[in-house]
Amino acid sequence: MYPSRIDQWVVWGLRFLGVASCALVGLILLFLVADSIPALRTLGDRLIHDDSWHPSEHATDGTFGMLPIVIGSLTVTLGSILIAAPLGLASAIFCHFYAPPMLAGFYRRMVELLAGIPSVVFGFWGLAVLAPMISTLLRPPGHSMLAGILVVALMILPTIALISETALAAVPRSHIAGAAALGMGRWSIIRSIVLPSARAGIFTAMILGIARAVGETMAVVMVCGNIVRVPGSVFDSVRTLTANIALEMGYSVGMHRSALFVSGLLLLFTAIALTTIIGIVEHRSKDREGGAHV
Amino acid sequence: MKTDPDRDLADCSSGEGACAPAGDCSESSCAPRPAQCTEPDCGDDPPAGCCAIEAQGVEVYYGKKKVLTDVSFGMAPGRITAIIGPSGCGKSTFLSTLNRMSDLTIGCKVSGDIRLEGKSILGSGIDLIELRRRVGMIFQKPNPFPLSIRKNIQLPLKEMGIRNRDELEATTEKVIRDVGLWDEVSDRLNSSALALSGGQQQRLCIARAMALDPDVLLFDEPCSALDPISCSVVEELIASLRRQYTVVIVTHNMSQARRIADSVAVFWVQEGSGRIIEHGDLERVFEDPKHAIVKDYVQGGCG
Repeated sequence: MYPSRIDQWVVWGLRFLGVASCALVGLILLFLVADSIPALRTLGDRLIHDDSWHPSEHATDGTFGMLPIVIGSLTVTLGSILIAAPLGLASAIFCHFYAPPMLAGFYRRMVELLAGIPSVVFGFWGLAVLAPMISTLLRPPGHSMLAGILVVALMILPTIALISETALAAVPRSHIAGAAALGMGRWSIIRSIVLPSARAGIFTAMILGIARAVGETMAVVMVCGNIVRVPGSVFDSVRTLTANIALEMGYSVGMHRSALFVSGLLLLFTAIALTTIIGIVEHRSKDREGGAHV
Repeated sequence: MKTDPDRDLADCSSGEGACAPAGDCSESSCAPRPAQCTEPDCGDDPPAGCCAIEAQGVEVYYGKKKVLTDVSFGMAPGRITAIIGPSGCGKSTFLSTLNRMSDLTIGCKVSGDIRLEGKSILGSGIDLIELRRRVGMIFQKPNPFPLSIRKNIQLPLKEMGIRNRDELEATTEKVIRDVGLWDEVSDRLNSSALALSGGQQQRLCIARAMALDPDVLLFDEPCSALDPISCSVVEELIASLRRQYTVVIVTHNMSQARRIADSVAVFWVQEGSGRIIEHGDLERVFEDPKHAIVKDYVQGGCG
């Protein structure tokens, strides 16, 4: 078959756009690496071993220990996913299987709205309401890891809920009808049939939630207190990698700037790793549909 | 009403309860049919207790649309009742009211009365889980769970509270043998049911329903998604269920109905809504239909 002239134009146009967007990602990576190299070469493992973060323009003047910041990012991410994962999955199950249609529709709109709230508004709310509340009810200063975890959990909750629900909706109705016809109750059907069938999709929802939590910046800057140290408890202030870049990039020069690029590179690699995991999981679940063991 | 006496005798002469579901059911459900139950298809106006399932004035609405109007007929115990009729006449809808699967369709309302062994099943206080264990259903498209063959059988059993491994294994083997699948799958019970062929999957689904020891099995066009060879295997299997179970089968295939059914009900769309226009003993309906439409339908070349 001979493609028409217009088809050839379309094909070449799409090829160009495809290459351009790939190249863009490649270029970003390239710049991050290029600007990280001085710090990686000069500082090397000082980025981990230095006992504090007092960066300066020259490697010899300052200390560059990023470990507390990395730990800050990890703990905030871990805490928020631990809260948001069960809540998000529960809300997806509620919305899809238990809520009456009217309520389910309304509920879904609310969750979508939650997904659409700009992160600075979450931060604002955290700053004005949540942090003071933690300070008075639990323990000062309020601007703490806990505040960060709660705000980020709230922000990734809709991601997890909406994607999980899509996964639940993709479970064939015939499985559910078949189970119901065998006298299985609603919860048993969900537990034994629906959740196992939807697990790849639910897992993807969790990973995307984690990715969003790792990358969240604005709200975290506003509520976490941003003190660089390894947090002793959830009531301590923490600083995350993203917050660190946002706070310091404006005035950094020399080695300091390069060290910030290293943290950016770290974030990008985390994103690449998470995307790769999603790819592997989806690939494996497709294989399984071919009829291997479950 | 004309009936075929030989056929009746063949099914019912072997003693009390021969027409009732066999097996080790409780005394009450195995009560012999009352003597006045002479009609094999339990007749137009059956005395109480003659039918395994009795529909009285069943009407079904999807939202505001009335899809079934005044369906009344009985399904005799231990016999195979075929429901035939053109597409969209409400056959499958009616079938799904018999184990209340219709409840799962949003906006579906069922009125009238359906009695299972004399007890109404349409009330709001009915235990649906218990009902669906007694009235199994096999769907148009085979729908094994994406689990192993063994788990497909055992999951619903475990739901019923059976935990004893030996009992689970024994039931699994028994029902897989009953559907003639044992020689084909006994060496791979732990592999996925989705790897089976369509016909094997459908037989597994039948086995899965039989494992719960139901009284009634409903088949919703069980062969229409299968190739002809698998279809005939499944059809023979269904025919072999006669006497053990009360079977109700929806089919498009007239010759299939003719081959396996004892009695038939013909559904038809009239005035925009599905109705039952004729029912009775198979031979009588096929050879001497009262209704002109039915005469054209069953004696036409189709099917």
